[in-house]
Amino acid sequence: MAGQLMMESGPIAGPVPTDGAARNVDARSADISGMPAKSTPAVSAEIGGTFWRRFVFRRPLLALILKRLGLSVGLLFAVSLMIFGGVEALPGDFATTYLGQSATPQAVENIRQDLGLDRPWSERYLSWLGGAVTGDFGTSWASKQSVSEQIGNRLGNSLFLAFFAALVSVPLAVGLGMLAVQFRNRMPDKIINVISLAAISLPEFFIGYLLIMFFAVEWGVATFPATVYDSMDFGERLSAIALPVATLVLVVLAHMMRMTRAAILNVMSSAYIETAELKGLSTFRVIARHAAPNAVAPVINVIALNLAYLVVGVVVVEVVFVYPGMGQYMVDAVTVRDMPVVQACGLIFAAFYIFLNMAADILAILANPRLRHPR
Amino acid sequence: MSDYKDYLTRQVMLGKMNRREFLGRAAALGIAASTANTLFATSAAAQEPKRGGHLKLGLEGAAATDSKDPAKALSQFMFVVGRNWGDTLVESHPTTGAPVPALAESWEPSADASTWTFAIRKGVKFHDGKELTIDDVIKTLQRHTDEKSESGALGVMKSIKEIKADGDKLVLTLTEGNADLPLLLSDYHLIIQPNGGLDNPDAMIGTGPYTVTSFEAGVRATFEKYADDWRTDRGYVDSVELIAMNDATARIAALSSGQVHFINRVDPKTVSLLKRAPTVEILNTAGRGHYVFIMHCNTAPFDNNDLRMALKLAMDRETMVQRILGGYGKIGNDFPINETYALFPEGIEQRTYDPDKAAFHYKKSGHSGPVLLRTSDVAFPGAVDAAVLYQASAKKAGIDIEVKREPGDGYWSNVWNTQPFCTSYWGGRPTQDQMYSTAYLSTADWNDTRFQRPDFDKLLLEARSELDEAKRKEMYRTMAMMVRDEGGLILPMFNDFVNAAGKQVKGYVHDIGNDMSNGYVATRVWLDS
Repeated sequence: MAGQLMMESGPIAGPVPTDGAARNVDARSADISGMPAKSTPAVSAEIGGTFWRRFVFRRPLLALILKRLGLSVGLLFAVSLMIFGGVEALPGDFATTYLGQSATPQAVENIRQDLGLDRPWSERYLSWLGGAVTGDFGTSWASKQSVSEQIGNRLGNSLFLAFFAALVSVPLAVGLGMLAVQFRNRMPDKIINVISLAAISLPEFFIGYLLIMFFAVEWGVATFPATVYDSMDFGERLSAIALPVATLVLVVLAHMMRMTRAAILNVMSSAYIETAELKGLSTFRVIARHAAPNAVAPVINVIALNLAYLVVGVVVVEVVFVYPGMGQYMVDAVTVRDMPVVQACGLIFAAFYIFLNMAADILAILANPRLRHPR
Repeated sequence: MSDYKDYLTRQVMLGKMNRREFLGRAAALGIAASTANTLFATSAAAQEPKRGGHLKLGLEGAAATDSKDPAKALSQFMFVVGRNWGDTLVESHPTTGAPVPALAESWEPSADASTWTFAIRKGVKFHDGKELTIDDVIKTLQRHTDEKSESGALGVMKSIKEIKADGDKLVLTLTEGNADLPLLLSDYHLIIQPNGGLDNPDAMIGTGPYTVTSFEAGVRATFEKYADDWRTDRGYVDSVELIAMNDATARIAALSSGQVHFINRVDPKTVSLLKRAPTVEILNTAGRGHYVFIMHCNTAPFDNNDLRMALKLAMDRETMVQRILGGYGKIGNDFPINETYALFPEGIEQRTYDPDKAAFHYKKSGHSGPVLLRTSDVAFPGAVDAAVLYQASAKKAGIDIEVKREPGDGYWSNVWNTQPFCTSYWGGRPTQDQMYSTAYLSTADWNDTRFQRPDFDKLLLEARSELDEAKRKEMYRTMAMMVRDEGGLILPMFNDFVNAAGKQVKGYVHDIGNDMSNGYVATRVWLDS
């Protein structure tokens, strides 16, 4: 949900999404419009200094990646601590919650001792962390199965769904965004806007139910439920995920489409676009060759956020379509306070967000080399 | 009218109605004799089970955290999974609730009902080819009685002192007499496993009609017919697939689009919509589960019997059943037993909504100010609505009930059995003794009404070892009256189990024991093409 909120604030509030992207666009257009921008090497040389500074100077991209990686690891630790604290603070512990209404004091005591729940939380956290660092997420308290193994399965399913949703939605969104710019304020632009805004205004579960009602119940053309399992072949899998993918595409399309449109429009007001137009180039060529590449950074950012959402934020879609992904797995675990699973899921989700954000920043820098030497 | 016709047809299919009776009732409905004859013939023919086919069930209640060990089975999903692959020593009769033989062929109590001898069935094979021995039975029961066990049946098994073999007979010695012991052994946790499941409790190897072919917790389980099943009157379909569907709308969509043959937990609010689908049949079964409002008898202001009586009389039961259960249930009478129990005490006057009398008792209690009622939708479906309805009906009696909605998360540990007045749910138990021992005995762990009466406890223990049914019934009547008139229990309704199936599903047995034909749904139905 948090991801979605972050996304919404960007494209809807205006064409400038985040600091990074804003800086990006400005820098690029500044470059074109001929403002001086040479400064960083001199500054670095003046200060002179350590190996790291020299390294940053020579391999700025690599240094940035290393720095972000270091930061990511720190963030992951913080996240793990927060998740642990959060579950710890929830009312009821694993033993009572798992047994529910059928908890006898004896059974609760047995489980608590069995799992070492009587030990202080710091001790339990450290021993869990020790395992996690070596890649061992332990065994689920509830099902006694290996968490890594179970997650392997579920994560595979989640990525499968996210991959196809992205495969459809990203090109579609960017294409529609460019189309909307070309027909700016004319009928196609308006239609695209209204439809995508309508889709984003409906809650995901409602879109899901509508699709199920028409495609599965009324017309019987789509597969439902979307349960996937090991013995399924690729074709069956594809047909099973058709409806959830359609739902996800409708949900994320508007964000990316509107960001593309806004970013390109932003660039379109630059002087060099005017030049291109005065050269007599067609509108399409101006957009595709001159405007779009310079609008890439903010679009990459919003795409990255949406990709992260497709992996970690689709619990509702998973429930509605009976799809065995990570979201459902984590919700089940939180319900019974199955700590090893909650922690592992939380870490993996955090890792996804951190990684995709990092990738977006790096791609933005690749698209605009001037950002390699931040002032 | 068509509902009643369906009902008659079902009675014939279950073998509970003969031709003469059927024709008589059909005539009363205004159905022509020739039509009725054909109807009877088709219903009777439908009684002949068909074999084969692939049965798909969409079930609520599965989670990724489900354990394969039957001792730790808690969810609705695992309940059905266990019934498919395993057997217990004893089963309960679908309509009378009496114990019937399963892996135990017969049993014999001692005169004081404290020692029981069971003859174990011979020639039964586990799915791995090993023959069932008395040793497997003993080890299984021992695993569930072990104090360190995490078994859900631990409470049930507490009274068993010794488990041993006498030749090829199983002998159980109890700490005190218990006339209901065989029924206790029908508990769904007590599936007999090879070597008691001590080697590998998660193996899912048993003597049931289906072998497990795949299992993914919280997602799906598949089964194949076990060729060497010791029974022929079950396991009609070739293969079974259980799909976890925790979303109520998803279940309904899957059933109405024909992707599954059966779904459980149909929301009473949507039953009427689902009924419109021509291919769907609603299967509702009267059960022992009940929705309750519980007061702690030892905590002010509920330690005053006049206040308790006022609150009982301020409950509009009819409206509750109509609004909260959509009519799929029966009104309750403030004691936790209904006519589905053997030895049900008949003829106890039904308590009704009476604002005047409630106001009288309320005044007499001397209490003033609002009464705080805690609730949450996890207590039972519609619990918050029920609390608000109750608030309205109590207002007419001049009683001010303040409804506090608690978070569902942690409700069972922080509110239920802790706070003095809250909403809750009881699933019912196989016997009256067990129901009372679980929640109304002074020393019971789950005495959620804090009902502490030495005379009640004494009566309960006496009834437990009483083998004379008439005497026992009288005792249960006295106990019911005590709980009804002096206890802290407000019991407005017993809920039906509401399931739904496609019309091609035949032979569904309305089992009073528990939901989904007491979990046996997949082993009892067949598919009609």
